[in-house]
Amino acid sequence: MDRAVFLRALREPASMGGLAPAEWDVLLRQGRHVGALGRLAALAAGAGVLPAVPSRARVRLEAALEDVEQQHRLIRWEVIRLRRALAGTGLPLVLLKGAAYLHAGLPASRGRQFSDVDILVPRASLHEVEAALLREGWKMEALSAYDERYYREWSHELPPLAHPKRHVMLDVHHNILPPTGRLRPDPRLLLEAAVPVTGDGLRVLGPADMVVHSACHLLQSGEHDKSLRDLGDLDALMRQFGAAPRFGDELAARAAALDLERPLFYALRFAARLFGTPIPEATARAVRRAAPPALVRAAMDRLFAAAVEPGPPQDPPRRTRLARAVLTVRYHWLRMPPSLLARHLAHKIGGRRGRG
Amino acid sequence: MKLGALSASELTARLARGGLDVDTGPFVVRVETEIPALADELRLLYQDFPVDEGDGLADFHVSVRRPAGPLGLRRWWRQQAMAYLDDVRPFEPLPIGMALPMLEWSINWCAATQANHYVMIHAAVLERDGRALVLPGVTGAGKSTLCAGLALRGWRLFSDEFALIRPADGQVDPWPRPISLKNASIELIRRWAPDAGLSTPVPNTNKGTVAHLRPPVGSVARTGEPAMPAWIVFPTFARDAAPRLTRLPRARAFFKLADCSFNYESLGLRGFTTLSRMIDGCDAYEFTYSSLEDALSLLGALPLP
Repeated sequence: MDRAVFLRALREPASMGGLAPAEWDVLLRQGRHVGALGRLAALAAGAGVLPAVPSRARVRLEAALEDVEQQHRLIRWEVIRLRRALAGTGLPLVLLKGAAYLHAGLPASRGRQFSDVDILVPRASLHEVEAALLREGWKMEALSAYDERYYREWSHELPPLAHPKRHVMLDVHHNILPPTGRLRPDPRLLLEAAVPVTGDGLRVLGPADMVVHSACHLLQSGEHDKSLRDLGDLDALMRQFGAAPRFGDELAARAAALDLERPLFYALRFAARLFGTPIPEATARAVRRAAPPALVRAAMDRLFAAAVEPGPPQDPPRRTRLARAVLTVRYHWLRMPPSLLARHLAHKIGGRRGRG
Repeated sequence: MKLGALSASELTARLARGGLDVDTGPFVVRVETEIPALADELRLLYQDFPVDEGDGLADFHVSVRRPAGPLGLRRWWRQQAMAYLDDVRPFEPLPIGMALPMLEWSINWCAATQANHYVMIHAAVLERDGRALVLPGVTGAGKSTLCAGLALRGWRLFSDEFALIRPADGQVDPWPRPISLKNASIELIRRWAPDAGLSTPVPNTNKGTVAHLRPPVGSVARTGEPAMPAWIVFPTFARDAAPRLTRLPRARAFFKLADCSFNYESLGLRGFTTLSRMIDGCDAYEFTYSSLEDALSLLGALPLP
């Protein structure tokens, strides 16, 4: 399937007003595959082109808008419950990703589909937070002993939690990258710089940190079928925050302080290539110093471009499948030292055999 | 042009190459398959539906293919059918003989998971004198049998699985697709209407033996005519039971109805507003029956609310 129409719809929403029905036939499916139907709908509505959309496609977009509204309502409700559950800990509730965009009223939340809440807590308070959540009825998914250990020792988050009466997943992070990885941002910096948003005791990461986290998430994840949606987030954040005069310097400084210049380099590069994302000169200059050698850069360009295909997740084209496999290996390579990686792979491969 | 007007070879060829857009009323379904036996069944069941030669925009894309399996062996030995729904494979493959039920379930799955511009209730729906009868129910409550029985005796068929309620005005849209009959119902309906079009019964599915009944031509011709719901009847089939129709208080009916909905929860306020308005405009009943004749006369005599 052709992704040019899809990318153009995200970059220039008004272009959706001129699409033929047969193009919508493909675009609607791509939107669903990437988890961005709500985003397309919000963009089309924002550009005022919904009336020009063929009616069969329009009813789907309008329904997607309402679905997103309901999802956002559920997320807000979940955050209220969370705040109550954690009130006794005295900690501020630091929201990450979608829930943060929503509560900060950022354009990145417009039409954004998501059904989980991510929060960041100090590592020292992890047990206290977990105990409070379990006491208030949240349940942890039953995991194998190995997976449990994987989360507890080698991951930057607790095993996923959910309240059985609601369907919102909760990820409790104590960092934005695994403690076993090559890159080790200091989470205290993130927590200290968190800024309050409307709603008692709610905070989100500072603007620069939010961009750095979004970049990290894009590059340090084993999955790429939804990467175009995530790039859309990064693009929206950059357009919003980049308007402030000193933002370019601030972003460069934070990326350096957090030791995350390399992921920021890649993420901004890909966002600029696919979305035309504007990058402040000060940031561009700073992250260029963290750029990998030309050969690696060229390889990553090709891999990433092939990996972000907006097609069906199960049956991607061959080159997409290959690129995703290579990026997954890279991801694991970066998140674990070789000895641990060998153990992890042995377990996963052995486990798969055992089950089969 | 109606699907039945295509010659057998033309139909097979178009289904195999790029697919055929079937206008089922509320949804255009692009059906694609390389399985010739499935083409024959489709011809029997969907003959009265228009083929959409329009603009190339389909609501659902259902492709039933034969997976090649290791070394391509499945092409020859124990052939299977695999459904691709909008390019995604949500189900395990089934033996190739189950291709038709698989296709029908696939189309239902597409609607249940995507058509959030409707409030969707798992229900059979029929119409008489411009008002709709909604028969919600879990599988096994006998709603498909009841639905087939009524549709073959004067009621207009809307659907045997989906009440598609429009949030804007509360009307139900018809979606008169083939009726799925199970086990003893197949023989019962064959006796009830000996010349009704029935697909070849498929044994050993996870619902037992399944056959599909061709929707009446008069119902298919009127997919553009919605109706306001008037009666919500929760059916229970009980062998040898005397027919019994009891009024159901509105509040209870509301929760029972919401329970049968595919998307009440995910629609939030839209779902609540639409269903409460629907309950306010309808009479609700519980209905126990053992024979189609009793059902026909009792339901036919329901007064307007």
